[in-house]
Amino acid sequence: MENVFKILVNGKDCQIKADPETPMLYILRNNLTLNGPKFGCGLVQCGACMMLIDGVAVPSCTYPLQNVGQSEVTTLEGLSQEGEQLHPVQQSFFEEQAAQCGYCTNGLIMASVALLRRKSNPSETEIRAELQRNICRCGIHARAIRAVKKLADR
Amino acid sequence: MEKNQQSRRAFIQSLGVLAIGFSMSGTACSRSEKQQADPSAPEIRTRELDMEEIDSWLVIREDGRVTIMTGKMELGQGITTAIAQVAAEELNMNMSLIDVHLAETGYTPDEGYTAGSRSIETSAMSVRRAAASAREYLLEMASQELSTPKIALTLEDGKISGQGKSTAIYTLLNGKYFETKISSDAPLYANSERKIVGRSVARMDIKSMVTGKSHFIHDLRFPDMVHARIVRPPAQAAKLTSVATQAISKLPGLAKFIRIGSLVAVIAEDEYQTIKLAKAVSHHLTWDYQKALPANRSLMQHIRSLPTDSKIDEKSEAWSDSTIANSPVRHRAAYFKPYIMHAANGPSCGIARYEDGKLWVWTHSQGVYPLRGALVDLLGLAEEHIHVKGVPGSGCYGHNGADDVAAEAALLAMEFPGRHVRLQWMREEENAWEPYGTAMVLEVEAGLDSQGRIKGWKYDLWSDDHGVRPGGDADNLMPAWYIEKGHGEAKSGFRGGATRNSEPYYTIPQLHLQSHIFRGPLRRSSLRGLGAYANVFAIESFMDELAEKANIDPIDFRIRHLNDERAIACLKQLANQIRSIKKQNQQGIGIGFARYKNQAAYCAVAAHVRVDQQTNKVEVIKLWAVVDAGEVINPDGLKNQIEGGMVQSISWGLMEEVNFDDTQVTNLNWDSYPILRFQEAPAIHIDVIDHPHEVPLGAGEAAQGPATAALVNAVYQATGIRVRQLPVIKALKHSALGLKLAEL
Ligand code: FES
Ligand code: FES
Repeated sequence: MENVFKILVNGKDCQIKADPETPMLYILRNNLTLNGPKFGCGLVQCGACMMLIDGVAVPSCTYPLQNVGQSEVTTLEGLSQEGEQLHPVQQSFFEEQAAQCGYCTNGLIMASVALLRRKSNPSETEIRAELQRNICRCGIHARAIRAVKKLADR
Repeated sequence: MEKNQQSRRAFIQSLGVLAIGFSMSGTACSRSEKQQADPSAPEIRTRELDMEEIDSWLVIREDGRVTIMTGKMELGQGITTAIAQVAAEELNMNMSLIDVHLAETGYTPDEGYTAGSRSIETSAMSVRRAAASAREYLLEMASQELSTPKIALTLEDGKISGQGKSTAIYTLLNGKYFETKISSDAPLYANSERKIVGRSVARMDIKSMVTGKSHFIHDLRFPDMVHARIVRPPAQAAKLTSVATQAISKLPGLAKFIRIGSLVAVIAEDEYQTIKLAKAVSHHLTWDYQKALPANRSLMQHIRSLPTDSKIDEKSEAWSDSTIANSPVRHRAAYFKPYIMHAANGPSCGIARYEDGKLWVWTHSQGVYPLRGALVDLLGLAEEHIHVKGVPGSGCYGHNGADDVAAEAALLAMEFPGRHVRLQWMREEENAWEPYGTAMVLEVEAGLDSQGRIKGWKYDLWSDDHGVRPGGDADNLMPAWYIEKGHGEAKSGFRGGATRNSEPYYTIPQLHLQSHIFRGPLRRSSLRGLGAYANVFAIESFMDELAEKANIDPIDFRIRHLNDERAIACLKQLANQIRSIKKQNQQGIGIGFARYKNQAAYCAVAAHVRVDQQTNKVEVIKLWAVVDAGEVINPDGLKNQIEGGMVQSISWGLMEEVNFDDTQVTNLNWDSYPILRFQEAPAIHIDVIDHPHEVPLGAGEAAQGPATAALVNAVYQATGIRVRQLPVIKALKHSALGLKLAEL
């Protein structure tokens, strides 16, 4: 059942022995002890588990390990390496204090990074549309939108 | 005492400590904990301090760092930061020198539950006093050591200086242990200077969140930790009748199959494997259950038909039935709020380890001591053998599945000793099994005199109870219902939660208030605001209806019934905010006001909405709030709480409702239980009125009622449709279809 996979996560080559169908969420959290991606629904309905696959924000909860191939996987941890400055999106979320419990933070930041990569100055409508896949139960919506808008307006 | 002194001395060795004890009235004291060291918890250097005398404390170490032990939990409300702020102010110290240690049995005081928006009022204010006492004690010591009058000395970042001399905490403590009690006459810097309190200090835990540092219970990992999943029955009242043990034992990767009565679980080394195993096992179980839920009936009617425990909560001396009957203007209406979910973003999670008769539990429960009490009852272990440590979880908004999952993890750990057992609920479990905010029906009748003043007000509320927390009672932990060890059903809880804010804050000469507590079909417990949400929705909707009947502006109508200047100030400021807003076609602006619990924060909310009459699409364009929470510790933190409260309330009011068929709840995911998302999120503006010399009032739940009231009042203005049965979107759809909703 288990196979060995070589995947590239946060710039590092990783060797993973696991069932090929295992969703990346479990590989990232359990095999690679990364905290960024969170389990929220397992159903591609909440965005808590988002990672970047070649720069595109993708829910990791249903993305099988065997589909990763040569793609570059990035998690929240990979946006700013140890000791380095925060990624601008991370910094902006911190400055706007766009979190309460923070469980949605990973998903919101990954989605925003992907959006800004694609389009450096998205409108508020585009920001909202991009974040529509993510939920936040604490209600920090206005702050998150502001955090991204600030970067878009630079 | 002698023995404690010795053990303390042995513990302290070379570490100098000044411990400040202080008593918190009304909270139980945890006495003489003698815990076996927790093998995985961070080292806590204060654990041997005497707990006989004190409920809580703050410890100053000779390296100048301060540790505050709080019995409160961080639920995303930023309590850690607020507590550090008040301590830093009194100790005139950089906040980075302060550590806050969250709720943990045996280490922190027993402060009951972190609930009811009371953490600032109680915990933080005690910490403030303790810090001030510590400062005075240190200055006293320094005064003697430096032979300098205390008045000439100042403490700053751990150094004490004055008249050209100086010393440091390190020198003063000199490896010794000092203990003193809180002093009520230590002056509070917060009253005079306020350098840190009252400022929008950034929450540092948000830095951890944005970088993916370990923060949540979900992130805890222990060597050799195993994963568990429960296999749930098809209905709440179900009994396991047969198990195909043979087939189950052949499933690959199963570390252990566990059955305790009707509680079934699987354990495996790998989490994904565990999830697959739980699914596979479910095909090999047979259950006996009844189709017991009232699926196809109007819930509003059903509630009214249930037997109740009825009580008159308030009856004015002057009350007379004829006052309303004889009033020139009379009005009567009934309102309904369905069951709603906490629906935390991250499902409940618990970790437990059992070894040599001792149990360790990691939990995001709101009360580690009450949970421990319930675990004693559930597991039959002695209290001193259970150690419960609080770790932040996903925002909880009240009593959700946190305690249940911790208890389940504990049960499983005892069946699988020697390893850390991690149990995380799946989305469908969270939605189907958490205790909901109960459905309620509210009936109001009032009479106005010819000047448009309310003379008499009669109010009847139907509600289940709102507080079925585990506090010492296993029956309130869900797994107890299934383990078949003589536990009963959840007991009736906290009736008072139903009447929260049921008394209008307005001045009304004659009041008659009754509550009718029923036992409803679904599991329920505390959800943010408890009864205040529905009561304020009803009262504030009705106030709008009365204002219209009296032909008076809704804000003026409220103000003429208020005699509290702070309440009036909030409404006036709100009026200023919305005065210049230009309403277009199909738009409306509504307001709502309440003082939470009639004694905590004041909150006036306005909502600007647009309702498309063709599609019935409701767009909440903007929300305003004016909040008076007394002394403000952290203005941005307060705003964040109010913003979140308003958005959540709007989501509840617009679209949320728990649905069920005759066996089980049917909204098992975010498609079937939608909540407000980013495209529907309103713009928000909040004004905070600071009163530095008033007591700080918790505000975490203050916006829930007023925001939904403002929403429905705005919808009425935009459409002429008075929504009396939540959720709004469903009500509008029904009204468009010409459906007559169940009336009184
Ligand atoms: S956990 Fe992946 S989208 Fe919800
Ligand atoms: S901050 Fe709690 S879910 Fe978004």
